[in-house]
Formats: sequence, C-alpha cells, structure tokens
Amino acid sequence: MEEANGSPRTFLVGLAGQPNVGKSTLFNLLTGLSQHVGNWPGKTVERKEGALTRDGARLRIVDLPGTYSLSAGSPEERIARDFILLERPDVVVMVANASAIERNLYLLAELLVLPVRVVLGLNMMDVAEAHGTRLEPSVLEAALGLPVVPLVATRNQGVAELMEAAERVAHNPLAFRPKRPEIRDAHREVLARLRVLLDGRVPAPYPEEWVALKLLEGDAEITEKARAWLPQPRWGEVHALLGAHEDAVLDIAGGRYEWIGRMVRAAVTRPRLGRISLTDRLDKVAVHPLWGLLLLLVAFGLVFWFTFAVAARMQAWLEVEVVGGLQAGLAEALTEAPPWLSNLLVDGVLGGAGVVLTFLPILIVFFATLGLLEDSGYLGRAAYVMDRFMHVLGLHGKSFLPLFLGFGCNVPAVMGARVIEASSGRLLTILLAPLVPCTARLQVLAFLTPVFFGRLAVFVSAGLVAVNVLVLAALGILLNRTLFRGQHMAFIMELPLYHVPNPRTIGLFVWENTWAFLRKATTVILVVSVAVWALSRFPGPGMEHSLLAQLGRGLAPAAQLMGMDWRMVVALLSSFVAKENAVATLGILYGKGAEKAGLAETLAAAVTPAAGLAFLTVTMLFIPCVATLAVMHQEIRSWRWTLFGVALLMAIALAAGVVAYQGALLLGMGVRGA
Amino acid sequence: MSEPVSLNRLGLGARGTVRKISGGREVASRLAALGMTVGADIEVLQNSGHGPLLVRVRDTRVALGRGVALKVLVEERKGGGSERQS
Repeated sequence: MEEANGSPRTFLVGLAGQPNVGKSTLFNLLTGLSQHVGNWPGKTVERKEGALTRDGARLRIVDLPGTYSLSAGSPEERIARDFILLERPDVVVMVANASAIERNLYLLAELLVLPVRVVLGLNMMDVAEAHGTRLEPSVLEAALGLPVVPLVATRNQGVAELMEAAERVAHNPLAFRPKRPEIRDAHREVLARLRVLLDGRVPAPYPEEWVALKLLEGDAEITEKARAWLPQPRWGEVHALLGAHEDAVLDIAGGRYEWIGRMVRAAVTRPRLGRISLTDRLDKVAVHPLWGLLLLLVAFGLVFWFTFAVAARMQAWLEVEVVGGLQAGLAEALTEAPPWLSNLLVDGVLGGAGVVLTFLPILIVFFATLGLLEDSGYLGRAAYVMDRFMHVLGLHGKSFLPLFLGFGCNVPAVMGARVIEASSGRLLTILLAPLVPCTARLQVLAFLTPVFFGRLAVFVSAGLVAVNVLVLAALGILLNRTLFRGQHMAFIMELPLYHVPNPRTIGLFVWENTWAFLRKATTVILVVSVAVWALSRFPGPGMEHSLLAQLGRGLAPAAQLMGMDWRMVVALLSSFVAKENAVATLGILYGKGAEKAGLAETLAAAVTPAAGLAFLTVTMLFIPCVATLAVMHQEIRSWRWTLFGVALLMAIALAAGVVAYQGALLLGMGVRGA
Repeated sequence: MSEPVSLNRLGLGARGTVRKISGGREVASRLAALGMTVGADIEVLQNSGHGPLLVRVRDTRVALGRGVALKVLVEERKGGGSERQS
C-alpha cells in the first residue's frame, strides 16, 4: 500500500453508478465544498470534480453522469464511456444499490468489458436488509474477483474502506484480474468474425473486442466510427454480418443477466415471501390514477404557496429595504457628482443589481423544494401521474413541475428543466416555459384590465391567462410534430425507492443552482439593465426625448396594426428588463409619474379597449425578460436555440396582438369608453 | 401455461415472465438496462387502462408508456402469488 518513494501520487478516480443509488451523496461526502462544477466538453451535461487527500495519495474524483448502461445513445452514456476510454482513470468506483443488485450489476458487466479497473461499493445495505435481502460482500468479492465494499453512504459507513480499496487498486494495477462477462455461445462466432474484419483497423484508445461487441449491439456511435475506420468492401461485409444478427442486442443483454445471476447466486439470500415495503405502501396512493393526481395537486399547491409566501415577502423586503436603502444612500453620497453619473449608478447599476438580488429568495426556496421532492423520490411519482397529460405536448411528466412553478417566475421554471433527463425534452420545456404567465405579468394584468374593461376585468384576465396556456399547448404540439419529430423518447423511467431526504444533498443542490444563476446571469442582467436605462434617459430631458422613445416612435406605424401608440411600444420595450416595468413606463410617458392612481383615469381616457386588449395580449406573450433569457441561454448553451425561442415568442405575440386588436375592432371595442 | 400477451393487457397484481420484446434496438437496450429482458419475472403494480404502467422487474419499479408496454409480451403465471423473482 505505502509506496517507497514517499511523494504522494495523484490518482484519477471516476465515480460511476446507475441513477438513484446515492452516488451524489457519496460524492458530496468525499469532496464536500472542494468540488467544482464545469461542463463536459461540447456537452450540456455538468461535470463535477473534487479532490480528496488520503494519507497515501491525492484522489481526483470525477462524478460521472448516472447511467443505467453504457450502450444506448444518450449524451450521459457517451460521456461516461468516453471518460473511461479517453481519460484513462486509475480506478473507477462503481456505486450500486444493494436492494436491486442484479439490475445494478448490469452497469458493472458493461464496465468490465472496458480496459478499466473497478471497485464496487454496495450502497444502501440498510435498505436491502429492511427488505429482507441478505448480501454477503465477501462472497460477491470472491465471485467477481474485484474489491466489494458494503456502504451506507447516508450514515458515512464504509466510505473510508471503499476509498482505501480504490487506492489499493490504483497503486497496484497489475493485480486487478476480475471475472469478465462473456458472450453467449450463439453469438460467439459472429463476434470472432467481426474481430477478424476489424483487425488492425481500430485506432487507439478503442479496444477491438469492445468495438466488435458494440457493433453487434447496434451502438449508433461506434457503428458510425467503424464505417469511417474500415475501407468500403470490408465495411460492406461487416454491415451484412450485423444485418443478419439484428436480434443480438437482446441476446447480449440476456447473457449479461445470466452472468450476473451466476455472480450473485451464492452472495444473496432473499426472503421466501415478498414483503410489502414502505415504498409499495406509499405508492398505493402516490401512483394511483385518482389519489395520485389529488396528492400531486396538493403537494405542488403547497410548494407554490410556500415559495411565494416566503419568497415574495423576502423579495419585497430586499427591494424596498436593501436596494432602496442602498440607492438612497448612494444618491446622497453622490450629490456632488454630475447628475448623469449619480443617476447611472443609482438607477442603472443598482437598479440592475436589484433585479438580480430579488431573484435570490425565489430561487433558493424553489430549489430547496425541488431538491426535497427529487431526493425523497416523490418527483418521479409526480412525473408518472402527469405523464399522460404532458406527453400530448411532447413533454415528459417531469416537465410539469417546472412549468407549473413558472406561474411564479419563469427563471426557476427554465432552470428547473434540469430534472428532465432527455435533452430534447429539456429543450422543449425551456422553449415553452416563458409562455407560462409569471407573477410580474399577472400584476400588469391585474392593474390594467380594470382600466380598460371595468367590471369585465376578471373575465378578460382569465381569458388572457387561458390564451397563454392554449398557446403553450398548441406550440408544444406543433414543435413536437415538426422540429422535435422522432426525438420523443419512449417513456421508460425508474421510480426509485422513497427515502428520507438528505439535508446536505439538498443544501448543495440549492447552492450549486443559485450560484450558477449568479455567476452566469448577473453580467447579462446588469449590462442589459444599464443599457435599457441609458436608452430611456439619453439624450433627454426625460424619457419622452430619449433614444428609446425615438425607437418607439419609429416602430409606431407598424404598431398601429395593434392599435398601439409609441408610448405603449416603449412600455413593451422597457418590460424586457422586468415585466412589471411596463406599468411604470406607461405612468411616466402618460405624464402621471409612477403613481398608479392617476394613471388609471388617464389611460382609460387615452386608450381604446381594443388597443388595451392588444397591449395586454402582447405583454402576456412577449419575449421573456432578460433574467429568463439569461438562464435560457445558460441552460440551453446555444444562442441559436435561445434566439430561436425568443423570435418565436415575438412572432406569436405580435401576431396575437394584431388578431386581438382587429378582432376587438370588429366587436366594436374601438371606442374610448369607461 | 398461457399464451404470451401484451403487457398492456395485464391487470394490477398480475405476475409472469417476459417472453418477447419487440420494437427496435434502442428501446430494447434501454429496457434491458432497467432489468427487463426475455426471461425476467415481472409484476404489474399499476395499470389503470390508460396512461403509463408501473411494473416491478428485478427489484426495480419501472414506469412504462403504453406504447412501450405494447411491445413487451408476457406469459402470465396464474395463482402462484407467493414466489418472488430471483
């Protein structure tokens, strides 16, 4: 174990495992706050890395994405196997869920055909025991020929032993001689033929044997690579051979489970009678078509209420006390400075920073509840119950929670789409999220509908919210049938066991997401806020004579199709910083200052209900605010898709505005009233 | 000994053995990774006639869309409810 040369060595350790095995709990335990989050090159999947120093060595631990196998075509699976093939870790620590050992060892069977050394951690031993399953790690260790360490990661049991075993294997690579799974007889001959055809044509670091196996399994990435590696006539032969053995994938998978069965036979003792577990009992309600739906509505309603009861108050407090206080203080300190500078700093910069700051409470509370639902295992049930409604829109059941919370604020809705595994589903959810009317827009709606529609305000408001939901549904169906055609993955999802949520895991989840928002969105929000502030002020005096007003006047002829004058155009433009700005801008431009009282009468006298309806329709559907836009880009990581989403919303909003105005004119709403 | 039927048609509590999985390599490979292969024992935990199904296979609860479940053929085992999959 101890090396003679003394100086501590650094080992690269990959942490692998299927989803829901407590891998992130273990990773957090090992690396704590030393971890840093980046991205896998060219991928939208997070790469988490951390370091651990033990007496003998320094371990650089890379958390691989949780994957059930290394076969199918998801980006996560590619990342995991590319890491092993290209970065050549000294050892891979695979975490398995002891209460579903056979299915978990499927990943091990795939790992062991790669050139890598593996140590197996059997996590959730306590859960397996509670289910009545007895597991003997030492027997499994003897069968597999690799170190097997029992773990209860939530109680920090076995973790030190696991890392010690990993370090031992890393120090002494030649001693690693596990039993490796073999292919069934039926396909042994084809595999040998493939190897002959591939001979000498497979570049490093890909092992020939593994490439042959993956070809036989129909692996898309490897098939494409092999086509490029092989000269034409030989590829033709390979192709024909594969065509004749299309069923091999089922057989290979079956063979792996047979091998697993042999490996665990002596190590696992099962109860003779199936026990009814806690998860089974909870699921009687949670996935029931009726009770499950009711439970979900109650749970999400509570989350929603809690988020806004707590966060909205903190938000208001931050806005008035903290930002307002700072602004007043700064203004006072700058009385000597030129007014434009003082204004820039107070209204432009601090105003923009205020926007960032006021998002924090809502994000923290939102991610805490999302983390709680995910970590307890309930989120999967919610997805299961909602799936039949969501998949009409081409969405996964898991899209429901983010979209639902979009009613509060679109920023967490976009960020919350992270819980969706399939990247196409995630993208579609993010593109649709801004169509959920957030509280800021609902505030504008609540203030302006009585102005234009008097007693009918409630119905108009409800109608406009319904329009948003309908447009969301229609756009989802449309995108799903066109751009996302064929990308809709078949719904296959594991529902994990319920367990008591781990505060540490949730805490880190909140921290990571909130920090990601601050790190990536702050600059964009600040720059745009200052820019819009400057446009609305210079050359002046007042907003009436600003560049923004000029832009509004320039656009006014086109806006007339929607019955809007330049002031309404400017209000829309200014709502890009924050949706609630629309009302304040109208106040300034209609000469009533920011007070709402006088503004209502002025607007009622100056604007026809038809134009008002068009303005509200456009506001509700318009491009997302800058904070939402910033996180959309942060999550999608592609300006093309982000701008596509924005352009789409803009087109929809303007078209709807024209339809609303012209329709309202036909209904005789073109007369100033009230 | 009964004829294999599509998983969709099995009611709550039904148990059986997977006999055939059709419907392409990608789906087959994802199902296999979750434990569902030919020969695996399976138990239906939820099937309300519409919306996804919930089954247990190799100690794993797997939710399946009806489209996927249609492609899994299961030979139902009548009566013997006490045996657990191994």
